[in-house]
Amino acid sequence: MKVLSYDPELCVGCYICEEVCSDTWFKVADAEKSSIRIHENGEGNLSAVFCNQCGECIEVCLTQALYRDRKGIVRLRKKLCVGCLSCVGFCPYPAMFYHPDQTEPFKCISCGKCVEECPADALAIVDQ
Amino acid sequence: MSEETRTPRRVLAEYTYQVSPVERGYTGQTLYVNLSDNTIAARPVTDVMKEKFVGGRGFGLWLLWHGVKDDTKWNDSENEIIISSGPCGGITQYPGSGKSLVVSISPLTNVVIDSNVGGHFGPLLKFAGWDAIEVQGRAEKDVIVVIDGPNGRITIEEAPDVPVDTHLVGHWLVEQMAEKEEDRYFMSAVSAGTGSENTRIGCLNFSLYDRKRKASRFKQAGRGGIGTVFRDKRVKALVVRSGPVRGDSNHPADPARIARVGAKMHKEIHDHDDEQCRMRKRGTSYLVQIMNDYDLLPTHNFRFGSHPDAPRINSDVWEQRFTLGLPDGCWYGCTLACSHAVDGYTLRTGPYKGQAVIVDGPEYETIAGVGSNCGVFDPDAILEINFYCDTYGIDTISFGTLTAFVMECYEAGVLDEEKTGGLELRFGNGEAAIELLHQMGRGEGFGKIAGQGIRRMKEHFVKEYGADPQFLQDIGMEAKGLEYSEYVTKESLAQQGGYGLTNKGPQHDEAWLIFMDQVSNLLPTFEDKAEALHYFPMWRTWFGLCGFCKLPWNDITPPDNAQTDEPAKVPEHVQNYVDIFSGVTGREITKEDTVTMSETVYNFQRVFNIRLGYGRRDHDDIPYRSVGPVTVEEYESRAERYDEQLRDILGLDLEKMDTGEKMAALREYRERQYEKLKDAVYKRRGWTPDAVPTVETLKQLGIDFPDVVAVVEPYQ
Repeated sequence: MKVLSYDPELCVGCYICEEVCSDTWFKVADAEKSSIRIHENGEGNLSAVFCNQCGECIEVCLTQALYRDRKGIVRLRKKLCVGCLSCVGFCPYPAMFYHPDQTEPFKCISCGKCVEECPADALAIVDQ
Repeated sequence: MSEETRTPRRVLAEYTYQVSPVERGYTGQTLYVNLSDNTIAARPVTDVMKEKFVGGRGFGLWLLWHGVKDDTKWNDSENEIIISSGPCGGITQYPGSGKSLVVSISPLTNVVIDSNVGGHFGPLLKFAGWDAIEVQGRAEKDVIVVIDGPNGRITIEEAPDVPVDTHLVGHWLVEQMAEKEEDRYFMSAVSAGTGSENTRIGCLNFSLYDRKRKASRFKQAGRGGIGTVFRDKRVKALVVRSGPVRGDSNHPADPARIARVGAKMHKEIHDHDDEQCRMRKRGTSYLVQIMNDYDLLPTHNFRFGSHPDAPRINSDVWEQRFTLGLPDGCWYGCTLACSHAVDGYTLRTGPYKGQAVIVDGPEYETIAGVGSNCGVFDPDAILEINFYCDTYGIDTISFGTLTAFVMECYEAGVLDEEKTGGLELRFGNGEAAIELLHQMGRGEGFGKIAGQGIRRMKEHFVKEYGADPQFLQDIGMEAKGLEYSEYVTKESLAQQGGYGLTNKGPQHDEAWLIFMDQVSNLLPTFEDKAEALHYFPMWRTWFGLCGFCKLPWNDITPPDNAQTDEPAKVPEHVQNYVDIFSGVTGREITKEDTVTMSETVYNFQRVFNIRLGYGRRDHDDIPYRSVGPVTVEEYESRAERYDEQLRDILGLDLEKMDTGEKMAALREYRERQYEKLKDAVYKRRGWTPDAVPTVETLKQLGIDFPDVVAVVEPYQ
């Protein structure tokens, strides 16, 4: 299964990955619509939150909208989603995101666009 | 629903319509169905209804008030069954947002009952275009009513082929009424059962389609005998189908606000349910051991509060029997997910013996009612009774409490094998209790007598068997005609009031003070008790106006709740509900407003009871078993506590008194206390000492309509 991976040592905190992700999936550069979030703590340390395809959300979904596809990636069938956000609350990271502009939540599906655009090679798609 | 798969039925009436879209929680229409003349009509939701009555129970009371006469009885055709969810019903983001309230005149009490229920019917009814449904009249032959939102069609159909017992209705709904799997998702049925036909304790079952189990599951509108009214009207099922439910189906005013609060609440449950009540794993069964530990678990007809065998039916046992790991919410988005089931349970008795079924439950009330209260500590007996009560359409609480009464009567010699037709109804005899239930299903034998409820059994036993009326009055745990639900109230004056001073009868919809009073001793004075007996019933009533379930309010609490000013109120959760109500309706309310909204509906309900000939001070009288020890055995089981009270509070010299004298002194004191509590509570509520809302109170609440004032005027 190919999942996103992040190296905090290489990250330069440019936030381009957030722009690219939201632009790809929502046609707008908006960190609140990105499925990867970069955080900077008080001491200048960078970290990233994104889905690692653990699948805990699948069990909590009452409509079976969340499922694992053939490549092992956890996907959301919008047609079945009733927008309850249980998965958002139950994600341990939390890496399931939501935005008021749409009722269904969203998450990283290892598409790799952020990897392409990261200027610091801090992101990669790896086999797990 | 496709014409090819449906059995052709004679259509008695048909109504076509455009589904009114939901706007800020309301469609603006209620549906009226009359089974006597086959009328189907739309009625507008007025501003008065929304502002004063909000929805749910409020709508039910308002519509019923206008539908019945002063002398309408439960089985007059003009009695109605009204189902309504509420403006927040059907949102998906917050746990416990799919509840409905059912309102009718009760066969047990002759006054209004309102009954709270989960499942999908209420929200789907709204999304099919209707804020409420009123069913009035009586059909000539059994019918179903089908509300098909996507096709804009409502029909009343003759239904000789449709089953009566609920689990069969569940199969029928899935197999006959839905062609594709996806069609099943947004359909729901309301049904009762054969037991509803033969007793006064009928319940309604509301279905939900469980996608993982691929089967119908059921929640119950249990209390008050509404299932009996349902079958009296010759309805076998109400069926609703709507379009797909989405996160914005209620078209809320501020979806971001709702989403924020909902996601926060899901996380709170994810992080803390395991270390708190573990609802996701064991549901309401967690209460069994707590109640047993605090001597509050009804045992042997409320004689005692604990039993050494209680561990055989506590939540450790049920966690083993429930199928875990399934998302067991009874509406979308409920992550408290307390609605567990035992799958593949093979029935040992009755007409469905040998079938492997899904048992919805058991809930705490069922475990305590048909279990410990009847001296039955066998989990399989509880499952068997739970299943058959549900499918027969019989309220497990009334069944449990009345069977416990029967058992005490049997052991006291009021009943014997001859009178019960061979059923040895002693405490602990689960087999006899199960057979009693089957008799209720068949409508024969002693089951027919027992199924009339405790109040009428008392009359019958006195008249037919020469029983001592005072003894029966003392041990018969009913008030206003409704059987008590399953908490021992003997040592808590506040809980006696919590059950006794309700509008509809002794049930825990309104009052849930047990821990505050008996466990935490937070209500020492009359004024404290009266204040709690005002706030908590009003706060809890509010849920039934909006479509909310109360369990996410306090069966999970934020980790810092104990540090707040009033932890019993769970202030952060109250704020959540304020945010959601305001977010859905666009009507900005405060925490205090929730109480006022409820007071309005609550007072209206009290006036309704008075209109029907009840609702005065003596309507709130309660049996002595709920107040103190009736028998010597009970006194001696807590002799230390009772002696201490007599010594410390009444200053009596116990050396000179025998048990009989001590019991009489205690009784006189406690009954006087309850009367003083009535005074304090009525005053706090703005009622006269005779429990009648004053005109001033009605004015303040804005419900001083002429027909309402006319009811209370003679009693001012």
